Amino acid sequence: MAAREEILAALRRNAPRETPLPDLSRLGVRFADPVPQYAESLKSVGGACVIAPDRPAARRALSELAVHRVAKRVASLVPWIEQGSVELAALADPHELEGVDVAVLPGELAVAENGAVWVDGASLPHRALFVIAEHLVLVVDAGAVVNDMHEAYARLAGREVGYGLFISGPSKTADIEQALVIGAHGARSCTVILVG
Amino acid sequence: MTGVSHPEAAARFVADDARAHWHDQALWWVRKKRDVASSAVPDWEALRDAAAGIKAHTLSRIGDYLEEFERNATARGAKVWFARDAAEHNAVVHGILSERGVTRLVKSKSMLTEECHLNPYLEARGIEVTDTDLGERIVQLRHEPPSHIVLPAIHLKKEEIGELFHQRLGTEKGASDPKYLTEAARQHLRRRFLEAGAGLTGVNFAVAETGGVVVCTNEGNADMGTTLPPIHIACMGVEKLVPRRQDLAVFLRLLARSATGQPVTTYTTHFHGPRRAGELHIVVVDNGRSAQLGDKVFRRSLACIRCGACMNTCPVFRRSGGYSYGFIVPGPIGSILAPGRDASAYRTLPFASSLCGSCTDVCPVRIDLHHELLAMRQEIVRRGMLPAWKRAGMKLAGWVLRFGWLYRLAAWIARRAIPALPRGLLYSRWNSWGRQRELPPMPRETFRDLYRRHHGRP
Repeated sequence: MAAREEILAALRRNAPRETPLPDLSRLGVRFADPVPQYAESLKSVGGACVIAPDRPAARRALSELAVHRVAKRVASLVPWIEQGSVELAALADPHELEGVDVAVLPGELAVAENGAVWVDGASLPHRALFVIAEHLVLVVDAGAVVNDMHEAYARLAGREVGYGLFISGPSKTADIEQALVIGAHGARSCTVILVG
Repeated sequence: MTGVSHPEAAARFVADDARAHWHDQALWWVRKKRDVASSAVPDWEALRDAAAGIKAHTLSRIGDYLEEFERNATARGAKVWFARDAAEHNAVVHGILSERGVTRLVKSKSMLTEECHLNPYLEARGIEVTDTDLGERIVQLRHEPPSHIVLPAIHLKKEEIGELFHQRLGTEKGASDPKYLTEAARQHLRRRFLEAGAGLTGVNFAVAETGGVVVCTNEGNADMGTTLPPIHIACMGVEKLVPRRQDLAVFLRLLARSATGQPVTTYTTHFHGPRRAGELHIVVVDNGRSAQLGDKVFRRSLACIRCGACMNTCPVFRRSGGYSYGFIVPGPIGSILAPGRDASAYRTLPFASSLCGSCTDVCPVRIDLHHELLAMRQEIVRRGMLPAWKRAGMKLAGWVLRFGWLYRLAAWIARRAIPALPRGLLYSRWNSWGRQRELPPMPRETFRDLYRRHHGRP
C-alpha cells in the first residue's frame, strides 16, 4: 500500500529528536472521602447519586425512582436489583431497543473527580442500550469509587481490553445560545446507585 | 478554500455592534467556566506539563506508534486505512460505503472531515449525510460551516435557530426555547440514527498500546451513530496518537475542563474492534501533517487536542467571529495551521492577534501559540506576502528607529504638525487608528527632555 509506506516514511523523516515520556506517577488528586465527593461531582454534571448501604436498600431506592415507577419497558443487566421486562437475550437487532424507558446497567467503577462510571462493553448484549434508553440507572459497588482518572485506568489495566466507556451524567447539549439542555440524544436522566 | 482577508471579514462582523458584543460575552462566559474548572484541579499545571511531554514524545516516535497502533487495531478486528490527502480520505470513505450499498450516513463531530470536505463529496455521489451534533446539524441545515470547533453554532441566536427549525423541522412559528428546539432535534435525529446504514465519527485519541480509538461527546450522538448501524468509520489525523492507555487519564482530565468547564464529557467511548456482526474502519490521514512535523517551530501545533480554549479566550476571536478566519479551525491555533497549509491564502490570519499570550496561558498542551503567531508573521514577511503599503511602512519605521537624530526630528515635526493639521486630513482613510479612537494629545516635551531635566544629559 503506497499511501501507508509514504506516510510512515515522511513521519520518520520529519520526526524531531526523541524526547522521553513524562513520569505520570505524581499526578492525581486525593479526596478525604471519595464517596460523597463522587455524589457531588455527579450532581454537578446533572446526574443523581443514591448511596445504599445494602442490596435491599438499593432495591428500594430503584423502585422509588420516579422514572422507574412510570416505566413500561425496563431493560436490566443487574438481575438482583431488577428483573426487567425486556428479554435482552432474545433481541437480535439493537434497533428493537428503541422505546426502552429505563436501562439498568452494572458499572465497574466510579470516578470521584468527575462523576464518571466505567461501563464494560462485555457486559452489554447490545452496545446501544446505554444511549438509546430514555433513562439510565448505573449500579456500582461503593468500594469501587476511585479518586481520579489515573486510578481508574490503573484499575482497568488488569482487565481484557475491549469496548467500554465512561458515562458522566445524562446526555446534554448547550449548542443553542449556551443554554444547558439535558437529554440531547441519549439518556434524559442518569442515576448512579452506590451499593455497600 | 481560497482564504479571506481577516480585517475585511471582521469589519463586516463588527458592523453589527450589538451582536459582536453578544458574541464576545457568550465566549467569555465559556472561558470563565474553564477557569473555575481548571483552578479546582490541584495538579493542573503538572497535568499540562505531562500532556505537552506525552505529545512531544509521541511526535518524536510517531512512525513507530502508528505501526504499533495499526498492528493492535487490526488484531482486534478493525480495518486500518491510510490516506495521504483529503482526496484519498474521501475516496476511502466513499469506497467503504458504496461497496456495502450504504446510502445514509450519520456523522458525529469530526474536524478532519470538515478539513477534507467530505460531506459535499459524498452528497455528490448520492449519499445522504446527516451531521448529528446539534450545533453541527444547525449549521448544516443553514448550509454553513461551523464557526467554532467545539461550539459550531455559537454565532447564532436562538430566534434564528427557531426560525430555521420552523422551516426545516416543522416546529412552531416563533418558538425559540432551547429546550423545545433541542427536543425537536432529538426526535428528528433519532429517526436518522435508526435509518442510517453507517456511522462516521472523528477520533479524540488513538492508543498505540491497545489499538483503540476514543471518542468524546456530551450529546451521545457518536454513541447512537456507532451502536445502531453495523458499520463504524472513524477518521483520524496521525497526530491523534498517544502511546499508552494510562496517557488518556492526562488528556481526559484536561480536555473537557479546557473546552467547556465540565470535569469530563458525558460519554468517553473506547472502541476496540467492531461490534458483533459489525465492521470498524479506521482511516488514518496525513494531509499535510507529516510536512508540518518537519518544521521545527510549527510542529508544536500538532499537539493540539481541539479543545477550543484558545478561541474562547482570544480577544480578537471573540470580537470578530469564527467566519472571519475563513479556515475550518479558526482562532489562534487556526491562524497557525491555516497559513501552514497555504501561506498566501491565509496571510492575514497571524496578524489577527494582539500577541497578548492569553491563548498560550490556557492551552492544555502548552503550545506556545503567541510565539508561533509571531514566527508565522516573520515567515509571511520573509516570503514577501505583506501588502506593499505595509512593507513600505515597515521599511520607513525601520529607518526612523535606526537613527536617533532622525527619530528625534520625526518626533519634533509630529508634535508640531499634528495639532496644526485640519481634522479632515488627520482622520483621513489612511489613519486606521483614528477610525474608532481619538489620537492622544501631543506632549509638550519628550521623554528625553523630561529625563534630561531630572538627571542631566543621558
